[in-house]
Amino acid sequence: MDEMDVPVLEVVEVSKEFPGVRALDRVSFRLRSGEVHALVGENGAGKSTLIKVLTGVYQPDGGQLLRDGRPVVFGTPIQAQRAGISTIYQEVNLVPLMSIAQNVFLGREPRDSLGLISRSRMHAMAADLLAGYGITEDVRRPLGSLGVGAQQMVALARAVSVDARVVIMDEPTSSLEPREVETLFEVIGRLHRQGIAILYVSHRMDELYRICDQVTVLRDGKLVHTGPLAEVDRLSLVSMMLDREIGEVRAHGVTSFGEDRHAAAETLLRAEGLSSRHRLAGVSVTIRAGEIVGLAGLLGSGRSETARALFGALPLDAGSVVLAGKAVRPGSTSAAISAGMAMLPEDRKADGIIPNLSVRENIVLAALPRLSRYGLVSRAKQDKIVDIFVKRLRIKISSPEQKVSELSGGNQQKVLLARWLCTQPAVMLLDEPTRGIDVGAKAEVQKLIDELAAEGMGVLLISSDMEELIDGADRLVVLRDGAVVGDLRGDQVTEGGVLAALAHPSETEGDPDE
Amino acid sequence: MSTSTTPTGFHESAPAPGRATRGAARRELVAGLLQRQGAALVFAAVMAVAWITFPGFGTAGNLRTLALQSSFLAVIALGMTLVIISGGIDLSVGSVYALGGVLAAYGSRWGFFGALLLPLAVCGLIGLINGLLVARAAMAPFIATLATLLFARGLLLAITGEGATTYKIDSDQVFLEIGRGVLFGIGYPVYITLALFVAGGLLLRRTGFGHALFATGGSESSAVLMGLPVARTKIIVYVLSGLLAGFSGAMTAAYLQSGVTVIGVGTELDAIAAVVIGGTLLTGGAGTLIGTLFGVLLRNVIQNIINQIGTLDGNFQSVVSGAFLLVVVVVQRALSHGRR
Amino acid sequence: MSDAALSSRPRARRAHANRLQEYGVYVAVAAVLLFNVAFTSNFLSLGNFRTQLVQVAPIVIVALGMALVIGTEGIDLSVGAVMALAAALIPLYLGYGLVPALAMALIAGLVAGVLNGVLVAYVGIQPIIATLALLVGGRGLALVMAQGRLVDIHNPAFLNLGSGDLLGIPISVVVAAVLAVLTGLLIRRTALGRRIVAIGGNRSASALAGLPVRRVLVTVYAICGLLAALAGVLATARLGAGDPADTGMLMELSAITAVVVGGTPLSGGRVRVAGTVAGALLMQLLYATMIKHNLPDSSAQMVQAAIIVVAVYVARERSGR
Repeated sequence: MDEMDVPVLEVVEVSKEFPGVRALDRVSFRLRSGEVHALVGENGAGKSTLIKVLTGVYQPDGGQLLRDGRPVVFGTPIQAQRAGISTIYQEVNLVPLMSIAQNVFLGREPRDSLGLISRSRMHAMAADLLAGYGITEDVRRPLGSLGVGAQQMVALARAVSVDARVVIMDEPTSSLEPREVETLFEVIGRLHRQGIAILYVSHRMDELYRICDQVTVLRDGKLVHTGPLAEVDRLSLVSMMLDREIGEVRAHGVTSFGEDRHAAAETLLRAEGLSSRHRLAGVSVTIRAGEIVGLAGLLGSGRSETARALFGALPLDAGSVVLAGKAVRPGSTSAAISAGMAMLPEDRKADGIIPNLSVRENIVLAALPRLSRYGLVSRAKQDKIVDIFVKRLRIKISSPEQKVSELSGGNQQKVLLARWLCTQPAVMLLDEPTRGIDVGAKAEVQKLIDELAAEGMGVLLISSDMEELIDGADRLVVLRDGAVVGDLRGDQVTEGGVLAALAHPSETEGDPDE
Repeated sequence: MSTSTTPTGFHESAPAPGRATRGAARRELVAGLLQRQGAALVFAAVMAVAWITFPGFGTAGNLRTLALQSSFLAVIALGMTLVIISGGIDLSVGSVYALGGVLAAYGSRWGFFGALLLPLAVCGLIGLINGLLVARAAMAPFIATLATLLFARGLLLAITGEGATTYKIDSDQVFLEIGRGVLFGIGYPVYITLALFVAGGLLLRRTGFGHALFATGGSESSAVLMGLPVARTKIIVYVLSGLLAGFSGAMTAAYLQSGVTVIGVGTELDAIAAVVIGGTLLTGGAGTLIGTLFGVLLRNVIQNIINQIGTLDGNFQSVVSGAFLLVVVVVQRALSHGRR
Repeated sequence: MSDAALSSRPRARRAHANRLQEYGVYVAVAAVLLFNVAFTSNFLSLGNFRTQLVQVAPIVIVALGMALVIGTEGIDLSVGAVMALAAALIPLYLGYGLVPALAMALIAGLVAGVLNGVLVAYVGIQPIIATLALLVGGRGLALVMAQGRLVDIHNPAFLNLGSGDLLGIPISVVVAAVLAVLTGLLIRRTALGRRIVAIGGNRSASALAGLPVRRVLVTVYAICGLLAALAGVLATARLGAGDPADTGMLMELSAITAVVVGGTPLSGGRVRVAGTVAGALLMQLLYATMIKHNLPDSSAQMVQAAIIVVAVYVARERSGR
């Protein structure tokens, strides 16, 4: 803590642009030896782009990186590693079929006098090294036989043992057991004492406040704040991430119940105790007819997972879903659909559109059985339905035969909405329905959601856009770490209410920081 | 799960701790044993039964023939093992094998080195083309090597006057020793094959290339992120596969004293079957050469038994191979699923 | 994040590759025809066209099934082996009459296809690997059934399938044409067809849209097996003998080539039926042209190999989205 004036890694005015998106806009921050530096931000904030720039996966368009004060350029991941920057990813990037020891030493195996790999030395060195990370299993076993937490630990051991001066950890705890998290924190403490700098990316407030001493907040590709974490309380941190004022936040509690204008309406969907390992810990949600229920929470809190669980697209360990009085067979999307559910997935490209097909075909996809007789699809019926929805949703297309991949994001989203509306669902699960679409289309989609609810449909709305949630939803369920931490109704549905629920320290795990 | 779109990553979900882990560990032990030693176990059983049942089987002469005949396929299967471990497949080896034989016979007019180096050079080049198409042009391995299968067969026909010419190797050529030489009653090809397998084993287990090969087949994206030379590794395995198939062809030509044009049809399938039955994962990332050796031996022992029975059609062999392949692939899938 | 704003240069290049893939095969067929009209004597004879079409018919039939499989992002390496099975079964059952023999051959193809489909869709094995077992074992099984022999066939009704005409057109050509039209209708007009393309285009989105992904996959492989068996039947009828050793040899390569040259991407999501037919025709015409111009068989094979590589490379360029 004395000669540490020169940061071990400094990011100076780094920019990175993708077609149509400025992913990083002149971001600067410093990483000093021995500090644990939190990097936080919501979806699209630029965290992953920044990590990729630091690890040599991307080259910045502007600005520079200084390693020990000297400018460096990383053309490939291996160059970054050689410069002492190691990364452990959220998904373990090792080879499950190879032995634990091989994974630790891949690419730099110890040799014997003949230049061949010395397996005995490799095993001894690996066992020695891993003991410090709480791994006592036989290092000759395949890595895949370890639990995810232990694999993460092996990745960490590998990362550090290549003479790393900087270790970047991208959500390392997202799939760890509490016990494994403790081991990870012990290791981090040790690295901290050895003077290794750690850039720690996580959404878990409790963790950040426990182990980090500095924090850098990104939002929309820009640096919002960088400085000691102790100077920023949870509420301000959440506010900075979400771009909200904290003015009225403190005034609101989370526990009182307001009136609910839908209280009288029948309950359409009732889900109880939805649980899925590492993702959901007993989430219960109800949706009434005509009600828009918003799911609030930070990235990784289990919002999308809740929607997928309801829709049968996420394998459940426990929990039940009842729709209109009938139990829905779990784990089956077709059961969910025939029960009257529809889901707009978060990732429009990967899970939504079929890029090669036309607008017409994308719209009728889910309704095919009802449009065909003896397996032959009636073109007239298709055209009629497509016409209705193209007009109703005002989808801008040159013709229904236009390829869906040629449309703008907003129009693609409308096509997906049309796909589900023509199955006449009772409940729609909308996961980020307005993300990545332009302002005009956004307003139209929001208006449509209101209309659908007014017609008696139950809607589950997930959005990272706080304004959209608060304006759009009748009731808000707040999630954190896969569990419900707040249920806001009526006049509680405010930014303050949500922020308070999000920032409130978790009671179960305790909080040494406060 | 409503579909099976989830990739077979082991790291997706952790096994439950405690009793479940122990159960998983035991299952994994059994799985690993089956995977690695399955071919050896079945081989031992088949050998024992054959020894007892057929008086002609256990004779020294028959066993010598068995070993000799197995060596030609074993050398091809050695290259195929490397390719399959890398996550690819090489369908061209059958044609390349035949081409190697013809080129060796053709090249024998320039003496020992002509007979040896001509097939190695041409077949290595075909392997290089395969490697470049797969690693640099990002073509699917099966289609790239299917095209070179056709190409190598065409080249063979072009050299042999559309298959009409069979080149002979003069009986005073030293080169013939490679196929016909005998030491302690056992043919040279057996020794050569064993030497190649030992070298291959060292390459796989004790060199950085071998480790990079397993990593490439096991998880290509991880291998890239770890800075391993993935493209180079892939190119090298296809070159090795071409070289080995060509060498096996040369060895066969030396044994037969001529470059026979009609051999090698479907040999790639025999090689693949032997490799997979030997416990190498067709999805890449895991495999052993000793397993491949047993896979080849198993194939030839069964062939030998079919011949001993005499009433069975020789083609029964590929039915057995196909059935074996089916069972092995389904079992491999089930085991890897069980481990998730 | 505006998705609309794509930089224009890669798009222009992609459009170029698109056009090449879209119409290249038809242009190539036309070019080869023109070349022959100008430089090949006796090319424009009816007899020659008949020969070419009869030779290409089995390839077209197999390629249609292959196109469907490739449309789902799959592959079927077993088609040649299935043809051999049909070739072996026909003479075995012709003694019971034409219909039982045909039925047995087609059922064998169906069973083979369902086996492949179940391995792919339910067991979750990669298509190449799943269909490899049948490639390895299928022809052997056929040879065992035929006791390794070529069996001459004397049933006139059956032989008529290979040599007879319907309205002056060879029966096998009529069958191939009818199947091509039916496959086109299947893809364009039926729920199954749309589902095939959707599953190949985006399997995860299709599953989330409630499509019966597994059932569709099994159906597709079953159709492919059935068509391969039919092609085996027609090839056997034309030869006048059941020849499991040679029938359908390397057919998987010819069929995949026809499909890919015809512009169907190996990455799935698209089935081009007319392109597939044109692709098969192109390869056949090229081969015939080279032979007629006294290029030896060997050179013709090497040229074919080069064309396959180029076609796949061009298709790969486009599918990289």
